[in-house]
Amino acid sequence: MNNITTEQEQSDDKTVFGFWVYLMTDCVLFATLFATYAVLQHNTAGGADAKELFSLPYVLVETMLLLISSYTSGLMLLSARAGNKRSVFIWLAATVALGLGFLGMELNEFHKLASEGSSWNRSGFLSAFFTLIGTHGIHIATGLLWAAVMAIRIAKTGLTNTMLRRLTLFSMFWHFLDIVWICIFTFVYLLGGR
Amino acid sequence: MIQPETKQRSELRSYTVGFILSVLLTVIPFTIVMNHTLSGGLLISALAVFAVLQLLTQLIFFLHLGDERKPRLQGMALVFMVLVVGIVVIGSLWIMEHLNYHMDNNPEVIKQQLDESDDL
Repeated sequence: MNNITTEQEQSDDKTVFGFWVYLMTDCVLFATLFATYAVLQHNTAGGADAKELFSLPYVLVETMLLLISSYTSGLMLLSARAGNKRSVFIWLAATVALGLGFLGMELNEFHKLASEGSSWNRSGFLSAFFTLIGTHGIHIATGLLWAAVMAIRIAKTGLTNTMLRRLTLFSMFWHFLDIVWICIFTFVYLLGGR
Repeated sequence: MIQPETKQRSELRSYTVGFILSVLLTVIPFTIVMNHTLSGGLLISALAVFAVLQLLTQLIFFLHLGDERKPRLQGMALVFMVLVVGIVVIGSLWIMEHLNYHMDNNPEVIKQQLDESDDL
């Protein structure tokens, strides 16, 4: 391989950079929600606090699902670069399945909290908690939809350069959501549930 | 854009190493919390250190931040983001802490102050 970059690669670099800037602004969005949570986390208004509500082993399973899906999305990207359409489908399906599992566990946790009377309107702590975790969940749901649409497109048009670029962006998005989740796991669950 | 096999293999290794490190950096702080090995400020600092190590691991092995060509625009955007996030998070905590400190949270005192302000 030589070091001369083609026009296609330069335009891809620009797209990747643009998407990266979006991810950085999304980090700022999450940071404001983290700051809100940090300020409000002890304002339980007489209701249950983090230690009573959170089950750490349950959250560890969620974390592992997301971590493995981050790895499979990386393997998906490598298969795409190698031009192996079949394994792109396999890894993409694995990523979506693990993501769905994560989202299902999160919704189940929300449902459990709400049915125990610890809904988002119970206290400042729970409002901040549901906003932060819910925003991450919406990102995950969007990512799953994006992956599904890409799978259909690849089935129709094959692994074109455009699709390869989109898969790269999706993979960045998915790793980014994993990174945000690590912050949630550490600062919301581990610190709150200790 | 089909790549030679050696580059493929080194990228696969990068993802795998990153994945294994991430699992370790998740399980270790989890175990520390579950076994109550540490407490207080030491626990908080230890968890923060593990989180930062995990973030760096994922940035390097999953998002390949180290391989970026010059000029490192992504790196610069990242540094700027960290600066903004630092100001937002640390600033919020700092200000709210001081407000909490200077405010009297006793409901009776607040009621008395409100009554006094009505008289004015």
